[in-house]
Amino acid sequence: MKFRNSLLTYCGYASTTEANAGSKVRAGLLSLQSGSSAGLLFLLTLLGLSSCRQDMHDQPRYEAFEGSSFFADGRSVRPSIAGTIARGHLNEDKHLHTGRIGSELADSYPFAIDHAVLERGRQRYSIFCTPCHGEAGFGDGMIVERGFRRPPSLHEQRLREAPPGYIFDVITNGFGVMYDYADRIAPKDRWAIAAYIEALQLSQYADLNDAPADWRTRLNTQQETGMGVSK
Amino acid sequence: MTQIFHHSFNTISRVSIFGAVFMAATLAWVGDRIHRSPYMTQADVVRAQPVPFSHKHHVQGLGLDCRYCHTTVEESAFAGIPPTKTCMTCHSQLFSDADILAPVRESYQSDRSLEWTRVHDLPDFAYFDHSVHLAKGIGCVSCHGRVDEMPLMWRENSLNMDWCLDCHRDPGAHVRPKERVFDMDWFPAERRDDLVEEYEIESLTSCSTCHR
Repeated sequence: MKFRNSLLTYCGYASTTEANAGSKVRAGLLSLQSGSSAGLLFLLTLLGLSSCRQDMHDQPRYEAFEGSSFFADGRSVRPSIAGTIARGHLNEDKHLHTGRIGSELADSYPFAIDHAVLERGRQRYSIFCTPCHGEAGFGDGMIVERGFRRPPSLHEQRLREAPPGYIFDVITNGFGVMYDYADRIAPKDRWAIAAYIEALQLSQYADLNDAPADWRTRLNTQQETGMGVSK
Repeated sequence: MTQIFHHSFNTISRVSIFGAVFMAATLAWVGDRIHRSPYMTQADVVRAQPVPFSHKHHVQGLGLDCRYCHTTVEESAFAGIPPTKTCMTCHSQLFSDADILAPVRESYQSDRSLEWTRVHDLPDFAYFDHSVHLAKGIGCVSCHGRVDEMPLMWRENSLNMDWCLDCHRDPGAHVRPKERVFDMDWFPAERRDDLVEEYEIESLTSCSTCHR
């Protein structure tokens, strides 16, 4: 009986006693009205529910780089405190981290250069250097085409004779209008780029006789069919 | 005893029982649509930024690699928002007096950070790490869409849990060769279950994978 009553109330008919059967229709209309406003309320609640969900979504902790009202500079990312060294950043290897041996620019690499390092160097060069220096190092990158001051070709005499420590130093400290990349390229990757630049330089001035025998034949055929890259 | 209810109540009760089910289902459906709508997910909604930065111009127009600015994406959970210095690397020379870049110059001179609005903001109870996704052959474009075609930045996908699970349940349909991870206009032509095996990708669908 209780269920039937509520069912009837729901579909707009008040459960009526026999006595006031006459007011059935009026009561029905009333509860129809309250039925639809309940529906509206439900919809609003639904909308409200889905928009008041910040508590767990945005917990009282900082996400990476989130702003902060606590620190004066508005940053939750804190700079390291002067005079302290973060774990793993002692940078004892001066050759690796400054590109210098003593006060001289290093003429050698702080670790062995193999094929994997050169591939890494090629990849990093193409990410960070090609915008200005161009894929092959002639200083004809897209940003230069858009009006940035043209950098010298990496194939000019002065740079071909420069030690790898010089390239490392320029990446680390910048040069002329070129900003430094110390915070964008890790030291090992800077050396890998220096090694790759050396490979690029070699590629433009290599003698055919330097190539392995099987490559020599291939290069010769390419030259005859006009497929070789000339520069 | 006389009948309390009119004969028509038979029909009315049947209709209302069906109606109750139907109405509940409709409300559930409406709720679901609202929950998945851009109103809730912010998908396809361009967010206001201090400077109207165009990925389309910088990526498609100039050919910059994603990693030129998002330098930590391969090593850390967070891809990295570039510091103002990265902008100024070029804009100290190019468009160096454009009004549109005034906030950038001001930020560089005053050492105040530009306050960008995060477009892809996961809820704090979901753990996410960029580096492992890249290392396992999931491309930027798989989640972020054609960023190289976005003049202003919007969120391409809902970032809803079922969207994450679509891929976690079936990585073979989404994985790509590692050398294609940063390619914006390359899409795998077929399933790459061979790569799932080669990259040792597990289908991680346990709750604690993300809710840790």
